[in-house]
Amino acid sequence: MSGATNVMRRELAGYFATPVAYVFLVIFLVMTGIFTFYLGNFYERGIANLDPFFRFHPWLYLFLVPAISMRLWAEERRSGTIELLFTLPITTTQAVLGKFLAAWSFIGLALVLTLPMWITVNYLGAPDNGVILAGYFGSWLMAGSFLAIGSCMSALTSNQVVAFILGIVVCFLFLLSGLPMVMNLFNGWAPQIILDGIASLSFLKHFADISKGVIDLRDLVYFALVTGFWLAANVLILDMKKAN
Amino acid sequence: MIEANSLCKSYGAFKAVENLSFTVEAGQILGFLGPNGAGKSTTMKMLTGFLTPTSGTALINGVDVVEDSVSARKSIGYLPEGAPSYGEMTVQQFLSFIARARQIEKSDVSASVDTALEKLNLRQVKHQTIETLSKGFKRRVGLAQAIIHDPQILILDEPTDGLDPNQKREVRGLIRDMAKDKIIIISTHILEEVAAVCNRVMIIAEGKLLADDSPQGLIARSRYHNAITLVVEQAEKAASVLSELPQVAKAELNEGELTLFPTAEKGLLEAVTAALNENQWRVSALRLEAGRLDEVFHSITRRGASA
Repeated sequence: MSGATNVMRRELAGYFATPVAYVFLVIFLVMTGIFTFYLGNFYERGIANLDPFFRFHPWLYLFLVPAISMRLWAEERRSGTIELLFTLPITTTQAVLGKFLAAWSFIGLALVLTLPMWITVNYLGAPDNGVILAGYFGSWLMAGSFLAIGSCMSALTSNQVVAFILGIVVCFLFLLSGLPMVMNLFNGWAPQIILDGIASLSFLKHFADISKGVIDLRDLVYFALVTGFWLAANVLILDMKKAN
Repeated sequence: MIEANSLCKSYGAFKAVENLSFTVEAGQILGFLGPNGAGKSTTMKMLTGFLTPTSGTALINGVDVVEDSVSARKSIGYLPEGAPSYGEMTVQQFLSFIARARQIEKSDVSASVDTALEKLNLRQVKHQTIETLSKGFKRRVGLAQAIIHDPQILILDEPTDGLDPNQKREVRGLIRDMAKDKIIIISTHILEEVAAVCNRVMIIAEGKLLADDSPQGLIARSRYHNAITLVVEQAEKAASVLSELPQVAKAELNEGELTLFPTAEKGLLEAVTAALNENQWRVSALRLEAGRLDEVFHSITRRGASA
């Protein structure tokens, strides 16, 4: 495990040694602000909750999480440091976990920095803080799943742009799988069990449940499974193809 | 000890390394010599556990690099080709990361980083980010991370590439100093380096092992071994006269230099000096050849390639 923590520390320090961290944090905060206040009509609604804030998180993550994850492995491949990393006495799983945890805690930090939003809503009214906490938790869990997909896509290529686009596409599929535009493709010919299966893959549905304050074990298991699956695929891809 | 048994690595139909077997014992400084693309780096990548061999095995101190990769890697220090490192880190941060990854005790991390900085003369740049350093410094950072845990086995892929002559000299000195009780494998395409550092040479071309010998042994394979090269007046006439001597197998005149190749009979130098005195030819230069490594290298790799 110490191998994973060491990789995680290095990775996190790396974010802050480059403008990546600051650019991401600023853009994340500005975008959440814009979405909440302009598109979400935070004031006009006159309801004291953070629903308009959380509602746009999946769409924000769709672009911002692949932007964080694209460099995870593509950069190691491009610069050749992957050879250095995998000749250290560290297992592939430790390295994948270390990098994932670094990026995930970084997104956690970005979420923590949105706390003024929470303070504002408490100042303006009397929101249900339990629901808000659940919303933050759900959002962070969902970010983990996005991140695992992005990390896996990044391991496929030494080109960060390719990793970014692949990440967005796969995340988009998971995001949309419950929406009518996807379901209509299958309606009418696929059996109900497959329809249910595809619909239940949707990030949106599971996130909506949690952000309403309902922490259902099934939603937690869902995000844990998605994250675990993509991280396992990530390890497999690296083991199969370390060199470029 | 390193034992490689019929190592093969192929990419589709292309065979990068073919049936390579060898053992290396403590105290040996082994030089992998070969043209670019010969399979030197691929072999090193298999020994360090980065690449999985298509077939064959490699044992590091008895531990299989595929079966138990992580423990095999522990006793190895490795400088990959091009000395990759995390450019955004400072030299000190980078070396501390490597030291912790090498499972050096927490309390000893800073001491081992200091020792490595000292050995590679990196103290003055330890707070600079690696990407701002010159090529020579980057290479030394790469070497520092390879030796930080005082490994029993050092595998260095082109350790002196990109260094200036003084730095090359320093690095070679460093390698020689560390060699005691250790195994060191270096790859290079610089011939002089092999003669300067190694006590064993393996010539590899197109993935095959073509020669495995000491540098002296290799030099002795040269057709120039024990030949005499001289600059003499009336060179053409001298060539025809001297080539008649029983000790001279052949005389070659090349850009004013006359080279006399020995036959099995001894006393080439005595016979030649006697003949020169007799004819009273003025000699302006004369040297006894030890052998030419580049010529041996050329003939071995070309013969191997056509075979």
